[in-house]
Parts: sequence; structure tokens; C-alpha cells
Amino acid sequence: MIHSLFLVNSSGDIFLEKHWKSVVSRSVCDYFFEAQERASEPENVPPVIPTPHHYLISVLRHRIYFVAVIQSEVPPLFVIEFLHRVVDTFQDYFGLCTEAAIKDNVVVVYELLEEMLDNGFPLATESNILKELIKPPTILRTVVNTITGSTNVGEQLPTGQLSVVPWRRTGVKYTNNEAYFDVVEEIDAIIDKSGSTITAEIQGVIDACVKLTGMPDLTLSFMNPRLLDDVSFHPCVRFKRWEAERILSFIPPDGNFRLLSYHVSSQNLVAIPVYVKHNITFREGSSQGRFELTLGPKQTMGKAVESVLVSSQLPRGVLNANLNASQGTYTFDPVTKLLTWDVGKINPQKLPSLKGSMSLQAGASKPDENPTIIIQFKIQQMAISGLKVNRLDMYGEKYKPFKGIKYMTKAGKFQTGMQRPHVSCVKA
Amino acid sequence: MSANSLSYNEQGGAESAVEVGLESTPTSSGAGAGAGADLREMLESTKESLKLEAMKRIVGLIARGKNASELFPAVVKNVASKNIELKKLVYVYLVRYAEEQQDLALLSISTFQRALKDPNQLIRASALRVLSSIRVPIIVPIMMLAIKEAATDLSPYVRKTAAHAIQKLYSLDADQKEQLIEVIEKLLKDKSTLVAGSVVMAFEEVCPDRIDLIHKNYRKLCNLLVDVEEWGQVVIISMLTRYARTQFISPWKEDGIFDENSEQAFYESDEEKLGTPQSKPYIMDPDHRLLLRNTKPLLQSRNTAVVMSVAQLYWHLAPKQEVGVITKSLVRLLRSHREVQYIVLQNIATMSIQQKGIFEPFMKSFYVRSTDPTHIKTLKLEILTNLANEANISTILREFQTYVKSQDKAFAAATIQAIGRCATNITDVTDTCLNGLVLLLSNRDETVVAESVVVIKKLLQTQPTQHSEIIKHMAKLFDNITVPMARASILWLIGEYCERVPKIAPDVLRKMAKTFTVEEDIVKLQTVNLAAKLYLTNSKQTKLLTQYILNLGKYDQSYDIRDRTRFIRQLIVPNEKSGALSKYARRILLASKPAPMLESTFKDRDRFQLGTLSHTINSKATGYLELSDWPTAAPDSSVRNVEVMEPVKEWVPSMGKTKPLKSDDKFYSDSGEEEGAGEEGTGSSSEDSSSSSSSSSSNEGKLYGLNSKHSEETDSSQSDKSSGHSDKKKADKKKRLQLKKKAKKAAPKERYQMHRPPTHHPLTQELWNLRTFTPKMAYTHTGKKKNRKQMVALFLCVQVSSPVFVPMSSHELLHRMTGKGLAAQYHFPRQPCIYGNKMVSVQLTLTNSSDHTLEDISIGEKTSSGQNIHRFSSIERLEPGASVTVSMGIDFNDSTQAANFQLCTKEDQFSVSIQPVVGELFLPVTMTEQDFRKEQGKLQGMNETSATITMAPENTSNQALSKKMVSVANMGVVPTGEDSLYRFAAKSVSSGDLVLVSVDLTDSSSGRLTINTEKTVIGSMLLRDLKTALAQP
Repeated sequence: MIHSLFLVNSSGDIFLEKHWKSVVSRSVCDYFFEAQERASEPENVPPVIPTPHHYLISVLRHRIYFVAVIQSEVPPLFVIEFLHRVVDTFQDYFGLCTEAAIKDNVVVVYELLEEMLDNGFPLATESNILKELIKPPTILRTVVNTITGSTNVGEQLPTGQLSVVPWRRTGVKYTNNEAYFDVVEEIDAIIDKSGSTITAEIQGVIDACVKLTGMPDLTLSFMNPRLLDDVSFHPCVRFKRWEAERILSFIPPDGNFRLLSYHVSSQNLVAIPVYVKHNITFREGSSQGRFELTLGPKQTMGKAVESVLVSSQLPRGVLNANLNASQGTYTFDPVTKLLTWDVGKINPQKLPSLKGSMSLQAGASKPDENPTIIIQFKIQQMAISGLKVNRLDMYGEKYKPFKGIKYMTKAGKFQTGMQRPHVSCVKA
Repeated sequence: MSANSLSYNEQGGAESAVEVGLESTPTSSGAGAGAGADLREMLESTKESLKLEAMKRIVGLIARGKNASELFPAVVKNVASKNIELKKLVYVYLVRYAEEQQDLALLSISTFQRALKDPNQLIRASALRVLSSIRVPIIVPIMMLAIKEAATDLSPYVRKTAAHAIQKLYSLDADQKEQLIEVIEKLLKDKSTLVAGSVVMAFEEVCPDRIDLIHKNYRKLCNLLVDVEEWGQVVIISMLTRYARTQFISPWKEDGIFDENSEQAFYESDEEKLGTPQSKPYIMDPDHRLLLRNTKPLLQSRNTAVVMSVAQLYWHLAPKQEVGVITKSLVRLLRSHREVQYIVLQNIATMSIQQKGIFEPFMKSFYVRSTDPTHIKTLKLEILTNLANEANISTILREFQTYVKSQDKAFAAATIQAIGRCATNITDVTDTCLNGLVLLLSNRDETVVAESVVVIKKLLQTQPTQHSEIIKHMAKLFDNITVPMARASILWLIGEYCERVPKIAPDVLRKMAKTFTVEEDIVKLQTVNLAAKLYLTNSKQTKLLTQYILNLGKYDQSYDIRDRTRFIRQLIVPNEKSGALSKYARRILLASKPAPMLESTFKDRDRFQLGTLSHTINSKATGYLELSDWPTAAPDSSVRNVEVMEPVKEWVPSMGKTKPLKSDDKFYSDSGEEEGAGEEGTGSSSEDSSSSSSSSSSNEGKLYGLNSKHSEETDSSQSDKSSGHSDKKKADKKKRLQLKKKAKKAAPKERYQMHRPPTHHPLTQELWNLRTFTPKMAYTHTGKKKNRKQMVALFLCVQVSSPVFVPMSSHELLHRMTGKGLAAQYHFPRQPCIYGNKMVSVQLTLTNSSDHTLEDISIGEKTSSGQNIHRFSSIERLEPGASVTVSMGIDFNDSTQAANFQLCTKEDQFSVSIQPVVGELFLPVTMTEQDFRKEQGKLQGMNETSATITMAPENTSNQALSKKMVSVANMGVVPTGEDSLYRFAAKSVSSGDLVLVSVDLTDSSSGRLTINTEKTVIGSMLLRDLKTALAQP
């Protein structure tokens, strides 16, 4: 399946290679570099590139391309999913997955890759299993290892590998038993200039951090489970129980994991927590343009909208912007024409606004577009879909765990500002 | 290139020489010789830490693609190192360079061969992995042998590695195919979920055409699927898709019309009832249904590849009405990384051409965001265009209008193309679209204008009659348009329809004559074209202009244009030399041209199986396996029935039983499972009724599964016992059935509560894994003694093995009178405890013999005796008459002191105690005879107890003796070369100390029993027990 892996940084250098079958010359990456050159943006490199003898499947994460070399038919998603799993594992091990981190830990990286694939077929991708085979590097362990000569490599087959709960190892012990669940929802929306919603949907996840001793069996129930339109589970969740009772029943992995991701689709009414009023005008013939933008809260159930960040790609003709922000700071990059405004918290009594003028290139014709405005925000202690956890119970162990549930709503791909013409004008 | 100094592309050279100096790493022989020597020195030192450091540096070199092959001799010496990390790094090195240094690589082979016999399964597996990864043709026979051996290994992990090794060997030497297929065939029968994915992968690589190997395993694979690891699921699903297309008849109606009635009929046939009277009702093969049903839950997987593979399975195999279930999941994947989106969108694009209906409700999910990368945008556009119909076209067009304004010009251009396609596909909006496109002609952006012109040109060609206005408009805009392609298109249009714009056309030509010399080639060509056409239709006005342009063209710099000019001149200007052809000039130039088709680029992608690489790149990738058409008549479906015939397979049906139980306990399988499993039960015709009943009662089966499985094991292993036993067996079975019946009566609500104890999951799994070799035991026993040696051979190299014998007897823990209706019995299942490796696992069977429901049955907090007890999770409700089996773990600390604890219900507490027999404090161990002797040698003197024994005459046969021994104590049998010497080995559960038992028969009825162990107390107790047991008949 996966023949080789090359890691390529943003400047086009191969800084790591690993082969699972016979060695493939790194010159195969030339095809990739060609595609990289053709692409205007790093994201525009096609994920699948056919070459005369190989196929290159790549993913881009943290500004590193993970290029897998394939020799024969394989489902491309299989490779893509695996590569993402590799990145997740690196992140899990090293805290962050950068070129420097990978280079610093090249031996661990190699040991990991060796365990994750055998002959190009995934062998162990479950983080709990890998951590038993190869312990993540910590400063303390490095020191201990240099003194005692012990190693980071496990000598026994991880218990999970053979069990029906491969995600959990046996013999877990904690002094403080705790289980935290974060319900995080992201709103993806496209809103037109007049403020009406073109499309909006909620993507939610429940991320968990479970540190419990032994083999606990948890059940999590919701006040309003019918809200969840489409769900995907961590393998630990018993699907049948969900089907029948809408209860999440599972033996949790040890540590951090994503329990569930769900989707509340546009069919249901999605509340939009903020609104944007903006007016950007350019006069024909003048080298000046007006810029006005006001933000305000809307349907937030009394919760504060925080960490608001507005960004907009202004038309190419704009040379500079001279604006005045009622709160926060703004920056305008005259090269990329990107305007960003770090608003902070929205105070409903005194709505934040950004007003001023833009100078245009002399002689350029009037820019005709309404630039897209992308908004980021966070609302703590609220899940915008209204999803609520009813209770969390633990079976199988005797102690009383500490349980915590946190809600948060964030903007996902939240864009507004593009003018949508009315149906009538199309018909005209 | 800011990171130039980090460039690893060049090896050697001045730049890397500097680098080498800095990092003290060798590259080519010249530059890095000193550093290479350094590393070699480190490798040859006696200090482990230095060696490890050197290996780490070498791995760093390999990772950066540098050549470290010259260190091969120094590295290969460390292959037998005791340090596991060092060893692993050496393995990494070996695999990388063995192909280049074949002779030296052979030095390491013996180490691997030794490691293949290591008692640690991880070491066996990694030895096999490395051995099979060394691509040295000379060791092919060794690899073959190792694979064959590993394929019968007791550890499923090692068998999984063997499946991977099959592919490696096949790619190294394709001549081994036949032998490898045999191994694949064997491994396909494997019941471990760990192995399933890997062996199917090997099957796909080595012999994808041997579909006959799948028949017998089809149902098993379907049932195991939910529990297989995610990567294996992908491979199995795609293989099963191909399989199903060859084995089942098409569920798609030939006429392709789905009216209400036929739809109803389809659903009814799903229920496997005969449909309403129809001419030829289609009845789906139950196996076909089984596959669809068992894959459906996987749509909820977090792994996008699994979701996609289920989606393609439904697309290729499910009745058209059922395909809709996949859409929601596919749309969900669009939230994932951009690469995932790319693949999923491509597949949706192909699907949406054939069945737009299923994606239409999700249209808004395909709306383009300004932050999407261009290729994602284009794909979304493609899908939106495919989904367009009369009802939604206005919404889509409105959306498109926004896209046209996008700053991403390539995308804006693609949108205009899409508008063109909508206009041709939906005649209602053709005019609207044309008008919209004409408006775009006054757009500021050149690319937008150019693209609009091109699209308008195509649209006009499809319906040229009434659009002279648009042509006139375009002619007016002509002066402002600078993009060559657009100018050329306008010229072509005017030329083609010059008769409709008789006044404008000559004027345009006049303007072109002025600017001809500065135009692009493509525009010049069209100018010549226009001139020629006008000359033919309106020679009066344009004769001179045409000649002028032809003259300009004659002296043009471009070869093409001079050529074209010469051709046109000969064609249209009549002179002596141009003979017959010029007569037809008008018909040649002004022939009516067929309109171009505006089609989706995904139109013909459905020739490839969805989700494949070939589909993505739209050409056949190496190794692509065609999806065959449905057979017209269904092949014999009985080939999939699993039967019991040969002695080798004797254990197959009993294995079949665990399967439904197991998948059931994960809650993933459908409630309909019963059907499929039941089928299998009946397939294994000769099996006793308990097999089918335990598999069909899937819901409650799990709990009793534990029971029934144990008894099953013992049943088969005892099958050569006297008839008295078989009576007991029958009684057991009856009891079991009764229990089951009772449970069946229980309300469904209660069933869930019975599912609740989590302890079952790991436990069943543990049993499951160990099962794999228990049957072999059963086989040897039923095989009437003929191959004890063989059996023993199977146990080589294993540390803790499965129990040789599991006694059925259970002991009373709490009588129902003292327990106020709650009765409890305990039983030692002799399995390694999953709660802690120092614990003995104990199974409690709790029965409610009172007339009211008992609630909250659990073990009290306090234990008086101080043993470490793993409690079973509390049972919320136990209905009257019902009974439940739970397991718990007790650390007896290697003593026979009773474990006292309290069994609590909601109302009462009962003090109970479990007193273990000394024989239950062990776990069986297997070892070789040599090891046994060696260990025995270490345990002399104080650690040895022995006694002379006299035996009852019934016990003197070797079979009976072993049976007696292993029934008293949970020990493993050690092979022996001598006739009158028997050896058994075990380790104590808590401390892990070895207990070695040997019986030396001096004559027929007496002998000497010796026990060697550090735990002398246990030793003497065991001696006493064994002595009494052997003396009794």
C-alpha cells in the first residue's frame, strides 16, 4: 500500500524520508515540486498526483507536506486518513508537529513510523497502543534514560493490541480520578449582505479528557439527543445502545480523545449569535472610499461574545486604509490587502465599530465587489444548538470520579458580506 | 530558498561537506570518512549507551536520505543485542540496506530464526517482520518456512504479521504464489479480528481472482466486520464489494422505473417475505442483505476511509432506493481536512450525475466558501451544476452570480462554464442565462469577459436562430475586449452567422484589417476565416478587404498563418489552378456545424469503482481490479454454507458460535443479526442444537455465552470420556437452555441492564483470543490419542497458555435460603484475569430464586481478609427467576486463605467467602523439555518436595494421568521424550513463580511425584492434592 513517505517543508526541501518496501528515489518528488510551483497557494496543490510509475498522495498540515508514494491501486482516502493520523500522533507525542520538532525527535519519529505501518499497511495507529510500545519523550525520561540506560521502547506487546478494547490499556492508575468533557460547537455560515442566512450549520464535537483508574464503563446521556442529526463516534462507543436509547455508552480510552462529532444541519434553524453591518463604498473617479463596519450580538442567550476577530480581503485597488476602531486594534497589510480587526469582547451597550477611509490606486477603476468578511468569535458556557448533557454515570469501578462538562461555541467558517442578488434580478 | 543550507538534495560536494563537519556524519566515502570511523568505533565499543547513541545518529542519517551503507558490517554485529531499542534501530537499518549488502545481511538471519522461537510474541512478530522485509532472494525458502510457522502461531498478532509477510514474499518472488495461497487459505479461516484485515489484504495482492477462497468465509467476514480494526475494514469492504458483484443478482430493476408500487415491493423483499403479486419479484439473497446490514453501522465511523468504502459498497450493491442512507455521512465528511473533501467531492460528483435526487436536500452543503482552495471550489461547482433542475435552478444561478464576482479568477471562469452547462441542460433558463452572460460581457475583468464570450459562443451554436441581437451586442463590445480567445470567438461567431448580421460583419472585418498585424495568432486565423466566409456570402462589399487581409497573411511571421492564408486563397478565389475544390468552397466553409456538448467532466468516471485511486485520477491505476457486472443468474449460494466435515475443522462450528456473541457484546451489530447467524447455525448442520440456539438468541446470548462456551469447550475435550459424563453434559445443556428461555421471557428493558456490566467485554475477548488454541486441544482429545506429541508441539514457545482443562464444577457461595432468595455459585474459569495480572479470575453466577426483583447487587466495600478484590460492576436489577453471570478478580496472594467479602443487595448484606483450591492458584505454562530441566535444576533442595504415590489402576494410562493432573491443578503439559515420565508446568498467579511437577512411573501402579517450586507451602499442598487425586479412581 504505502510505499514511502517524504516530508517536505514549505520551501520545498525533503527533510525526512521513510521507506516501507524497497527504496524509492527521492527524485519522485520532483513531480510534486512541479505541482507545488504551479499552485498559487499552498493549499492548491492537488492531493493526488499521478506520475509515470508512482502516485503521490499528500496532505498539508502545519505547513509540512506529508507525501506518500503509492505504487498501485489503493483507496486514496485510506492513505489520506492515515497521513492525518500520523500527524495527529506526532502532535500527541511532541506537543506540536513542526519541522523542528520532527528533526529533534527523528529517532522517535522513525520508531513510530516503523510501528504504524508494516509493508505499507497500518499496524498500530491507536495512540494508547503506540504509547506502550514507544514512550513519548519527556525531559525527565530522557534524563533517567541517560543515567539508567533504560529505553523508551516497550518490550511487551501492548495489552490493547489483542483486546476488544484496543484503545484502552489495562492497569491504568490515577490518584485523582477525573473525567472532563468539552462540548464544542462551531457555526459554519454564509450570510449575505442584508443579514439573511444563506446557509448555516453547526458542527459539534465532544472532546474528552478521561483519567480514570481501571476499566470504567461510562454512560453519557443528553437532555435532547434528537437534536443530533448525524454523528460519528470514537470506536469505543456502543453503536447499538445509541441506536436504541440515544445514550452514549463506552469504555473510554485513557487520556484525551474525541468521543463524538455531530452535525446539526441547516434544516434545523441555526441561531446566528452575531450580526455585522457594513457599508463599503467607492465613488467612481475618486481615489477615496468609505469604510464602515459595526458588530453586534444577536441570539446569544445572554452570554458574552468573546475573542472576536474580523478579517476581510479588501479589493486589489485599495492602497491603504485609515480607520478608527472604537475598541481593539486593526491592521491592514498593503501587500496582501488583508484587513484584520481584533475586537475582543462585544459590549452590547457600546457596539464596536470600525470606520474610516480607504485610499485607492489613482486611475484604477472603481472596485465593484463587496469583500467577504470572515468573523471569528467564541462564546463560553453555551452550546448554540442547545445540546445539553443530562448526566454521566460510571459503572465497573467503585471510586467516585470528578466529572466536569464545559460548553463552548465558536465560529467555524463564518463568512458574511458577499452580496447575493435577488432571484428577481436573475429572472429579469 | 531560505533553507538552502539545510538542503539535503546533494550528497557530497562542498556544501554538504561543511554540513558533515558540523554534524559529524558520513556521507560519501571522501567527505565523511572520519565521522564514519567515529560511528564505527562507537558501534564496536562495549558500552550499550555508546552503541545506542551511534545507532540513533545513523537512523538520523537514514531519515534524511543520506547514505550510511558503509557502516553495515559494524551495525549488523549488534543485531542480537539485548537492548530492545538498540535492536529495533538495527532492524530499521537492516531493512533499509539489506538489499544493497546481501551477503552481509545473511549474517543476521540466524538471529531472526532464533527470535522466531522466542516466548515473547512481540519479539516473534518483529523478527518475522524484519526477516520478511529483508529483500534478499536467497532467503526465500527460510521466509516461506517462517511464514508457514507463524501462520499457525498461537498469538493472533504474530499471525497478523504473517499475513503481511505473505505480501512481502510475493513481491520478492512471485513463484511462491501457490504455496502462499495455501497459507492465505488457512489464515482466511482465522477467527481473530486482528488477522482478518491483513489476510484479506494479502488475498487482494496475491490472488484476487481466487474468489472461491472467500465463499466459506463470507459470512464470518460479514459478521466480524464491525470489530475488525478500521484499516482492515476498508480492505475487507472493498473485497466484499467485488465478491458480491460476482455472486448475487442485480437488485436494480432493469427498466429503471421506480413507481410507488415497485418501491413497496422492494421494501417487502427486504424483510425477506415474498412480495406482493408481481410478475417476477426480486428476492435478495440473504447473504447479500447480510453484507448491507452489517456494513451500515460503519457509516458512523470516525475514519473517513471506512465511511467512503461503505458508501461505495452501497452505491455498487444496494437497491437504488437504499443508496440514500449514505448521503448524510458523505456530507459529514466534507467537514474534514481539505484532502478528504477533495476525494469525497469527486465521488459525490460522479454519483450526482446518476442520482441527483439523493444529494439535492444537501445542496447548501456544496455552497462555495471564499476560503476553500480552488480545486475544492471547482468540484463543488461541478456538483451544484449536476444537481441543478427546474426547481432549484434559480437558487443555484443566484449563488453562481456571487461566485462570478470571486477574486479567484480561475474559479470565476469555471463558474461561467457552469452557467453555460445549466443553460443547455435546463431549457427554461437558457434565455436567462444568456442574458446574464451578456451582462457579464461588460464586466471589468478580462477573464470573466473572455470566458463569457466563449460560453455564449457555445450556447448560440446550440440554438442559433434568434440571437442576432446578442451577436450585434458582442460586435459592439469587440473593441473593448482584449483577451485573444474572446476576440477569436467573437470573430468566429460573426463569420458563422454573417448572414444574420449583414451590416455589421463587413465593418468588423474592416476594423480587423487595420489591427491585423498586431493581433495574436489565434485572432489572425479567425480574421482570415471571417474574411473567407464574408467573401463567399458578400463578395461585393468585402472583396478588396479580403484580398488585403490575405496579403497581410501571406507575409505574416507565423508559419501557420501563411499556410492558412495560402489555403484559403486557393479555396475561395477562383483561378486556373484551383480546380474542382473551389466550387465546393461555400459548402466547406459554411457547413452547419454540430453544437458542442457541454458535459460534466465526471460523465464517464463511473466506469471505475467509486473511492478508488483510479476513479480519482480518471485512468486505470496499476493493480486496479475491475468490478464485474452482475451475473444474470445467481451462482449457487450454498457454497457459502459452512459445514463440518474434516477433523481439522472440527472446531469450526464451535468457533462460529462465539462470533455472534462477540459482535453482539459490542452493541454494534444490528438487531437483525440473528438471521445471519442463525443461518450459519443451520449451515453447520451436525452441530448440536445449542449451537444454533446460542447464536440465534443473540440478545441475551452474550451472558450465557460465557457459560455455554465453557461447557462447550469441556464438552468437546471430554468427548472421549465415559458415558456417565455425557449424561451430565446433557443435563448441563438442559439447564442452559432453561436459563436461556427464562432470559428470553425477560422484558427487553431488562436486557439492557444485563448488558450493562462492562466487565464482559474484555473478558469475552480474552476468552476469544485464547480460544484460538483451545480447539486444538479438543482436537487432540477427540483425535483419540494418536497425536499427543503433535498437540504438545503446538504449545512450544508459549509462556502462559490456555488452560488444558477447565473443570465444570462450581461451588456454592451463597445458598438461596441464607441469601433470602439470592443464590450465588462460583466457578474458576482458569483464564488469565483481565483486571490485574496477579488476580485469579472467578465467575459468579447469581440467581434470583425469590419472588421479587433484587436490585443493586454488588460486592460490599469492605473485605475482612485483606485480599485485593476486583468487584464486578453492580447489577441494577435481577428479575425473579433470572440469573446472571459476572466475573471478578481476586488476588489470593498465592495462599489458600479464603477471600471473605460481602455480597450486597439493596436491602441486605451477606458475608460470603471463596476458598480456592490450591490448583486454581496457577496459570498453565508451557516450555520445552530442556527449559524444564534447566528450571528444575535451579529449584533443588529446599524447593523440592516429592512423595511416592500409588495410583488407582484407571489412572495409569498416560491420557488418564494427564487428565487427572490437569483437572486438579491448572497446569500446562510439557512435552517429554520418555515414556514413563510426565511433566507439567505452571506459574503461581500472584508472584509468578514457577511450579514444576513431574511424575515418574516406576511400575504400572506406583511412581514418584516431584514438585519443584520456590513456594514450598503451595508445593506441599499441591503434592497432597495430587497424591489423593491419583489414588482415587
